Amino acid sequence: MLEVSNLKVCYGQSEVIRGLNFTVPKNETLAIMGRNGMGKTTLFKSLIGILPSTEGEISVDGTDVTNKDSYLRVANGIAYVPQGRMIFPNLTVLENIETGMEVSRQKTVPEDIFALFPVLWEMRKRKGGNLSGGQQQQLAIARALVTNPKVLLLDEPTEGIQPSIIKDIAKILNEIKKLREITIIVSEQVLSFTMSIADRIIVIDKGEFVHEDMRSDVDADKIAKYLSV
Amino acid sequence: MDGYTYSELGSILAMQGFAGFSLFSVLLLMALGLAIIFGQMGVINMAHGEFMAVGAYTTYMLSTLTETYAPSLMPYYFFVAIVAAFLIAGLLGYIAEFVLIRHLYKRPLDTLLATWGLSLIMQQSFRSIFGAREVSPALPDWLLGSYQPTDTIDIPLNGMFVLGLTTVVTLGVYYLMFRSRWGLRVRATTQNRVMSGAVGINTTKVDRYTFALGCGIAGIAGAAFTTIASTGPTTGTLYIVDTFMVVVFGGAASLLGTILSAFTIAQAQSILEFFISGSMAKVYTLLALVLILMFKPEGLFASKIRR
Repeated sequence: MLEVSNLKVCYGQSEVIRGLNFTVPKNETLAIMGRNGMGKTTLFKSLIGILPSTEGEISVDGTDVTNKDSYLRVANGIAYVPQGRMIFPNLTVLENIETGMEVSRQKTVPEDIFALFPVLWEMRKRKGGNLSGGQQQQLAIARALVTNPKVLLLDEPTEGIQPSIIKDIAKILNEIKKLREITIIVSEQVLSFTMSIADRIIVIDKGEFVHEDMRSDVDADKIAKYLSV
Repeated sequence: MDGYTYSELGSILAMQGFAGFSLFSVLLLMALGLAIIFGQMGVINMAHGEFMAVGAYTTYMLSTLTETYAPSLMPYYFFVAIVAAFLIAGLLGYIAEFVLIRHLYKRPLDTLLATWGLSLIMQQSFRSIFGAREVSPALPDWLLGSYQPTDTIDIPLNGMFVLGLTTVVTLGVYYLMFRSRWGLRVRATTQNRVMSGAVGINTTKVDRYTFALGCGIAGIAGAAFTTIASTGPTTGTLYIVDTFMVVVFGGAASLLGTILSAFTIAQAQSILEFFISGSMAKVYTLLALVLILMFKPEGLFASKIRR
């Protein structure tokens, strides 16, 4: 579903993503793990088109999106839940969700969104900025889901969120994959969360993939070693 | 205040109050456009006053054309002029955004300089095209004269018309910004341009039409302005400071704040002007504003969210 070949991203002269190749099929959840500063967020930003890539190709479902603007990538089926959630603080919860409906051209928020996130229905008239961190995370996921994505990108969805909500989010992500049969790519530092959602785990270090495992034969100690400083 | 009887004072208050309403209307129309451009997009548009002058000159041109070619249509041309003023000012705004502003969204302070330059260019163009003398369109008869509820009170009809026009435009802007999908796109883009793109909004297009809309509304303000005073090349600069005051005082991005602050500033100036000189009236208004902004730096109505 998502194919990336020889992707390179630079900040000025320093190359941060150094020629990544990977393919994520439909119905798979891929976790990209790594310490801070190893290029996870940069990779995600270049996939959604916030940062330009200097080399390489990105295609979704056979369509090349490498040089397209963000909004066209969204129209082609990539959805993005950024690190730090980045919901619109001055818009209501309902309006926040509606911003994602530009590309899917729906008039009203589909009911299954509120079935997945009942708390958003209760809070629908509140300003997004007044929600708690966990609620904002759910809102950011809902906003991404209404674009009807083929590939859902989540950048550190558990950052700064209490453990019980982390479990909820894992449950929701598994449910989304089952319901919608989409590709999910998530970047993470928390191994327990990754183990509860991912089918495959890749470790990124200094802009290169250094380790890859299916969940079934994951070597937890080895990954933990990569993640420790 | 000696020398005035109570009933005279009442009449003065009513008439100056109504003169304040006319000023309020023009200020509000200007501020609505600027609230969109400055309050929402963060562009410090020093040329906003010139877009108002574009609207005023459009009205003048249309009145001249109508007078020469179709004098029988004189009673109606003003409505066409309002629409034309909106369209022409909006079109110029669209071009200005495309040529100039869009390169500066990441450097908001530079927009101050760039739009100031734009304002000088526009002023000189007005001077070259229409001459340095002030002009006024021939107003239709129904806009002249006044309504006299008592012997001592005179309420001009043009003021009432402008007030009505302002109400309609304000309601329109409210609907567009807060009830329509288009407004949602604008508000999302102005809060976080990058993220709006990443949820699928074509932010380039939104920015361009938002700027054009703001300028178009300034054009309507210009059309309204011609009913109250005459237009010269520097007319716009007289209003730009007051307009920024209204927007900042009202709290950027708040429509209700903009309305109330335009009302307060216009009324304070207009009523004070009668008793003390015009420039002192301005000094007192400004002083009061500075004091209030010291205690409420975010303006009258800022939306309340966690920081």
